[in-house]
Amino acid sequence: MSDLDNGIEVEGLVRVFKGGVRAVDGIDLRVAPGEIYGFLGPNGAGKSTTVLVLTTLLPPTSGSARVAGLDVVHQGPQVRRAIGVSLQESALDPFLTGSEHMRLQSALHGLPKSEREARGKELLARVGLTEAAERKIGTYSGGMKRRLDLALALLHRPRLLFLDEPTTGLDPQSRAALWDEVRRLAQDGVTVFLTTQYLEEADVLADRVGIIDHGKIVAEGTPIELKAEIASQTVEAVPQDPGDRERLASVLHRFGPETAASAGGVAAQLPEGAGDLAEIVRVLDSEGLKVADLRLHSPTLDDVFLAKTGRSLEGAADSADEQDKEASSVEPAVA
Amino acid sequence: MSALITTQIAALAKRSTLKTLRQPFQMFPIVFFPVLLLAVNASGLQSATRLPGFPTHSYISFAIAVAFIQGSMFSLINTGTNLAEDIESGFFNRLALTPMRRLALIVGLLLGVAVLGALQSGIYILIGLLFGAHLDAGVAGALVVIVLGSLAATAFGAIGCAAALRTGSGEAVQGMFPLFFVFIFLSSGNLPRNLLKTGWFHTIATWNPISYLIEAFRSLFIVGWDTVALERGFAVAVGLLVVGLGLVVLTLRGRLQRT
Repeated sequence: MSDLDNGIEVEGLVRVFKGGVRAVDGIDLRVAPGEIYGFLGPNGAGKSTTVLVLTTLLPPTSGSARVAGLDVVHQGPQVRRAIGVSLQESALDPFLTGSEHMRLQSALHGLPKSEREARGKELLARVGLTEAAERKIGTYSGGMKRRLDLALALLHRPRLLFLDEPTTGLDPQSRAALWDEVRRLAQDGVTVFLTTQYLEEADVLADRVGIIDHGKIVAEGTPIELKAEIASQTVEAVPQDPGDRERLASVLHRFGPETAASAGGVAAQLPEGAGDLAEIVRVLDSEGLKVADLRLHSPTLDDVFLAKTGRSLEGAADSADEQDKEASSVEPAVA
Repeated sequence: MSALITTQIAALAKRSTLKTLRQPFQMFPIVFFPVLLLAVNASGLQSATRLPGFPTHSYISFAIAVAFIQGSMFSLINTGTNLAEDIESGFFNRLALTPMRRLALIVGLLLGVAVLGALQSGIYILIGLLFGAHLDAGVAGALVVIVLGSLAATAFGAIGCAAALRTGSGEAVQGMFPLFFVFIFLSSGNLPRNLLKTGWFHTIATWNPISYLIEAFRSLFIVGWDTVALERGFAVAVGLLVVGLGLVVLTLRGRLQRT
């Protein structure tokens, strides 16, 4: 990978905290330039620690990581110049205005004085905060803070953008607006490393997804690949007459093995995919079976997580909270 | 010093000053409590000026020196609390992700404290003069008071920064306040050392560096130009600043682990 690349290359990365907590336990990953990479996992899985290491805020215990072609351990300052980061908390000063944040950040990045004001205004306009620019952050909503955070991360025109759970706590409208902005950035050639605990976010936004659990990557690929790898689509039907349930089951099971269904319904896996659906409808019609409901289910990333870890992502989030607390109690705030 | 560092220092100093000025609950105690204590002491202890050997007939001119030290200690709390909040909120990480140099962070923060220290010293002088204090060293003396006040505030502010960097907790920084306040009571703040007849108290006040800071401020109000008192006071302020900066450098190393 050359110095001009915008990608990420990680090999055997480990980060152990005091007390022996292995927050990151030997991960390997590659993010191609211009890609949106979704890093998915429950709380405490090691997502944020990975981001802290890749953004040079925390040295790894072992392993290597190159970001934008630069070694995160030995070329920290150069890495920081190449990347933009929006960390998990919208870390803003409630007593400063949006404009003052832009001016502070541009001064710290060493932007030429002539450029600072214009660049700040341009980015505030881009994230829709022009009217709120002179208001103190204390008056901003969660979504506005997140948008300002993104604008600050973009101030010095980074080649690579790290977004650590950027939509946590946002309402659906703000979330959708942020997704649009991330897509625009990727179209402009910016590589995006996005951590999230939302399955839908990774599914909709990411070109490729890495699933991390207990500090290890348990699955990696495009959302379609991952889902195809672990499960086929399923069809579920509910008979109009409950007495037809057995006949309905016999029809569906011609297309694939039985699978769990809702109360009163019958379901079958479709190894051949959605292409069988038309044929199923024709057979039901020819046999005079009337259905009250007919649905095609596609596997989700939660199914992938379930298959790889033995539990669902939402349940894992709860059980990982304890580990998260333990890790945060030994982790320095900056580290 | 490169142009970038100068820009970074100026930006951080401005932000540090604005952050304090925009928090009335931080500015209020800086002005109110030292003035309140001064008013209480001046009205209750005026008769102390009749003690043989008391250096002035105006207790307020004598006691106003303590206000500058109390103000400096509020700087410790405010600076430390603000930095701890930055650490807790992640703002410190935001700064760490820029090409900001460590030197810029320290100097920028403390420059903001120095500006506020000068401002609060000016306010104490004005209020003191309004209530009858006499500044024997005149206008030039007022400038020296402001410089010494700013230096003392910066020194205590550095200690507050070190506490914040070490603990990352605003509560922990605030918990230091009573500890430092004891130093004022165990000093020559209320009576000159020659009138402290209790042996142990006299000894502690003599060894307590705060006594020399107070006596430097006091000398300008009640004596005029006392070179020895000023040398000792500035030496203590600079010494505290050096200790504070040393602690900041050490604690920053642990807090800012970026590569």
